[in-house]
Amino acid sequence: MSSWRKRILLVCAAMVAAGSIALAAEPGYYGYGERATPEQIAGWDIDARGEDGVGLPPGRGGVIRGADVYAEQCAACHGTFGEGEGRFPKLVGGAGTLRDDRPELTVGSYWPFAPTLWDYINRAMPMPAPHTLSADDVYALTAYILNLNDIVPNEFVADRESLPKVKMPNRDNFQWIDPRPDTMAKPCMNGCADPARIASTAEGKKLTPRTTGPLDTMQVK
Amino acid sequence: MVDRPYGRPADTEAGVIRRNVPWLTAGTESSISFSPLQDLRGIITPNGLFFERYHSGRPDVEPDQHKLMIHGMVERPLILSMKDIVRFPSVSRIHFIECPANGGMEWRAAQLNSLQFNHGMISCAEWTGVRLSTLLEEVGIKKEAKWVMVEGADGAHMNRSLPLDKCLDDCLVVYAQNGEALRPEQGYPLRLVVPGWEGNVSIKWLRRIKLGDKPWHSREETSKYTDLMPDGTSRGFTWLIDAKSVITFPCPEKPLHSPGLYEIRGLAWTGNGKVKRVDVSTDGGVNWQSARLHEPVLSKALTRFTLPWRWDGAPALLESRVIDETGYVQPTIAQLRKQRGMNSVYHNNSIQTWQVKPDGSVFDVQLA
Repeated sequence: MSSWRKRILLVCAAMVAAGSIALAAEPGYYGYGERATPEQIAGWDIDARGEDGVGLPPGRGGVIRGADVYAEQCAACHGTFGEGEGRFPKLVGGAGTLRDDRPELTVGSYWPFAPTLWDYINRAMPMPAPHTLSADDVYALTAYILNLNDIVPNEFVADRESLPKVKMPNRDNFQWIDPRPDTMAKPCMNGCADPARIASTAEGKKLTPRTTGPLDTMQVK
Repeated sequence: MVDRPYGRPADTEAGVIRRNVPWLTAGTESSISFSPLQDLRGIITPNGLFFERYHSGRPDVEPDQHKLMIHGMVERPLILSMKDIVRFPSVSRIHFIECPANGGMEWRAAQLNSLQFNHGMISCAEWTGVRLSTLLEEVGIKKEAKWVMVEGADGAHMNRSLPLDKCLDDCLVVYAQNGEALRPEQGYPLRLVVPGWEGNVSIKWLRRIKLGDKPWHSREETSKYTDLMPDGTSRGFTWLIDAKSVITFPCPEKPLHSPGLYEIRGLAWTGNGKVKRVDVSTDGGVNWQSARLHEPVLSKALTRFTLPWRWDGAPALLESRVIDETGYVQPTIAQLRKQRGMNSVYHNNSIQTWQVKPDGSVFDVQLA
């Protein structure tokens, strides 16, 4: 049987398999690429899951060591005590501000899962040289940043067992199912609203960047 | 005739460029540039003008070295080279990509007098590659698998979790954009395209796909790309791009010059599928007329609309309002604020109002 005829039969077989995902071909049908070995997978597989910490590697680090690593690797952008330099993210503070007019979203006030902090530092930080810290140092930094936020005590040691057990303050305030659509506008065509009143205008605010080219000619008069 | 082996726009088009807002982000490594919608005439964004968003700079990836690993809850974990990937059956689809922060600076008030800066985090291209479902079928999906983690080869190893159903539905692993190789800005040599969903899930420089039974709750889907509500709770996994439209002419960058007949022009789109109708108002939403939609009207792609308008020189308030094939109606900013307050940053798909003054100049305003 030609491979095309075989494929058509497979498609038909999949189509009658009601209720299951319709597979067009069986695994390995094309046969391209190389099978990934366990060693290769271990070398690529860097993620740790936020909610349960699955994927966190061996290793450990405490608050004191974390303070040293932080001063060397992080403070230039995130500030000595996590307060953030310039527009770089603030890591500490903001507790109780999420309902305020100007909420402060930090690791302490906003992040729902502690293992996510390990995962993100490990995958992305420090920004100029990501993936250069040892697992122990990433654990130590995680412990230090949680400690700066008063979430763990000074003697806390972060590892694959302890991090998933840390209860982040904002843990239960996320809704993970999208409730949209949350507006129910009706497409009225005539006499739909009171004559419009302008509530705000960009005119005169001087926030629009000055740029080269034609945009310069449309600057606020 | 070969003095320009790779062509370029006419010299007089030099102002048609992407632009950024310097005060918006901490540095240029993790930043945004906006497409010049005021100068674009169709539904396809030229490759050099496609908006950019980086979470940790733009890596230079050598295609001969680049590999994609697919593993986790699969029968046959695989490593695919670019040569392997282009051998799979190929498809081409036209889809928009929009950053959910598009318009995010306007939640509190009208701030930037610009079409480019208020709406330019959307672009649309023809993407060519292989269906993600083809790759997942090739590795064999274990029945416990429900979620898919996708990860980039940028400095942040940017990663997001996606439901398996969406991956099998319409996601693409692409290597080409508008007929040529992806631009480095768009993930060369390989990126994901997740049609109709917020742009950051369309991971660029795609290096790894892992199947699992639960979501990963990565930094980008917990501390970022979540929507803070007035009661202090947050919405997560708000992937869908709701229907949105905007008038691209006239606009602050392209004012009117004298009274007379004009064609109001604009773009509409929806992550739900196809645009069904666009209405235009010239009096700030009191009265509306349906605009003409221009073919092709494609699912999860930009759609062009036009409406002839005789401007008498009087002040006007121009608005457009899209209705998509699910019946969803684009809301006003007041309707959005009523539901979400002003701190949710993302997913501002509200109706844009352009104020036309008697001298023809155009300003970004919001109505009460």
